Amino acid sequence: MKTEKLKYERPAIRKMNTGLMNKFGTRTEYAPFTHIDGVSVKELINKYGSPCFVISERTIRKTYQNAVRAFKTRYPKVQFAWSYKTNYIDAVCNVFHQEGSWAEVVSIFEYTKAIENGVPGNKIIFNGPEKTKADLKVALENNSYIHVDHFDELYDLIELTQELKKTAKVAIRVNMDTGVYPMWDRFGFNYESGQAWNAINKIMASEYLEMVGLHCHIGTFMLDPNAYAVAASKLSDLAVNIKYVFNKTIQYLDLGGGFPSANTLRGAYLPGPDMIPSIDEFAEVITNTILNYGYKKEDLPLLILETGRAMIDDAGYLLGSVIANKRLSDGRRATIMDFGVNILFTAFWYEHKITPAQEFSSHTEDMVIYGPLCMNIDVVRSSVTLPALNRGDHVVVHKVGAYNMTQWMQFIAMRPKVTLIDTNGNSHIIRENETVKTITEPERMPDHLKTFNL
Amino acid sequence: MKINSNLAVSDSGFIFNPSNGDSFSTNAVGADIIRLMKEGKKLTEIKKEMSAKYDVEPGAFEKDYEDFISQLQDHFLVSHV
Repeated sequence: MKTEKLKYERPAIRKMNTGLMNKFGTRTEYAPFTHIDGVSVKELINKYGSPCFVISERTIRKTYQNAVRAFKTRYPKVQFAWSYKTNYIDAVCNVFHQEGSWAEVVSIFEYTKAIENGVPGNKIIFNGPEKTKADLKVALENNSYIHVDHFDELYDLIELTQELKKTAKVAIRVNMDTGVYPMWDRFGFNYESGQAWNAINKIMASEYLEMVGLHCHIGTFMLDPNAYAVAASKLSDLAVNIKYVFNKTIQYLDLGGGFPSANTLRGAYLPGPDMIPSIDEFAEVITNTILNYGYKKEDLPLLILETGRAMIDDAGYLLGSVIANKRLSDGRRATIMDFGVNILFTAFWYEHKITPAQEFSSHTEDMVIYGPLCMNIDVVRSSVTLPALNRGDHVVVHKVGAYNMTQWMQFIAMRPKVTLIDTNGNSHIIRENETVKTITEPERMPDHLKTFNL
Repeated sequence: MKINSNLAVSDSGFIFNPSNGDSFSTNAVGADIIRLMKEGKKLTEIKKEMSAKYDVEPGAFEKDYEDFISQLQDHFLVSHV
């Protein structure tokens, strides 16, 4: 009779210290993370390779519907616009569009993606500091909302609309002091200095510009809901003044995004989930401020939100495997994974939660998690307590849906597949992995460099 | 390489060094290795016993064993003989 061998775990030893108690404990993981939406992590890696990104469609829809509920139960007119830069893989965008989101884009590249996804031009918000005259012309012809960032753009737009004799629907981006440091004053027109009001005057005096909205985006990963109360109040002040001075009703206030996800910021004292305000807290202050500002019922503006990170971060997972274990000169354990900062860009500012995808014992080790790049900056976690991981073991990195699939770099290694698990538990490839050809195809070789002798 | 003979090792992997009062915890594989070392077994015997008991290739075990010994050295739990 063949006896089953015991599961092997790399031998490890840890000195026990007294007098250094941590009230939050040191263990980070208590159970393996073996399935995503009922689909086995091991099977996903067997099918799609390691590393690979996995998006949960169910989580996206649930998170989105919860955010919409938070605002719509408090305010009568609400519209979400999907922030393309957060994750512009077409399948991801279309989940948001199916849920009713417009598109919020910040470049002609993203604009074109939205159009190709089938978003009607008049449901695209065109933000960002770089809009060439040609870009503006496309947006104008499609009747999109153009959010003007600076006076140079405003003058371009005035010239263009006069040439074409076509009216553009415009809003201005307003930057302001909301009591949060650092103040984002590089985008848009400043409220306190009167610059925003000057821009409004210029727009109101222009024959072919229709002032339809006011926009702000006060920061990113905002942990203080009250900053949004200040922002909503200052935008409302402008809207009410526009009504008073020009008798023009502002159709919408766009409060932008910046709501945090449950990730833990590097250096934060508490884990993300214990720190961040809920979406309801943001909804409460924003809607209360607008509703109490004193708008006439018929002038109450549409409230637009462009939240990205808080909608998608939780839905993204990165699956990876252990390449090697080693010990550093100071005795610390180092574990090298097959994913690094090239595809997990957010490792630069988050302490990502990493969970083994197979059974482990209660023994843990403090370790550094490195990526596979031959670059010193490739550190995924500089200090984390995890069970002893064997070569080839799989891990799951949580909450990676925002920015990683747009800010990732083709650097040293190629980018992996992105997959999506639909609401029925079926998995789909939504972006193929790169091959050498993906990288070399756009390259050109001058004739004199085609050959060499070594 | 010889493990300090006066170390107290419990079945659950708790290790106490009476010569300086240090205590340690180790996992099941680590506890087994220390037990075999205390019995005076050499690497070849330890490797054979461990690969019979655990689901591990002898080559992979040897690499982890060397790393474990270096950890024991760092904690002054082994001595050269």
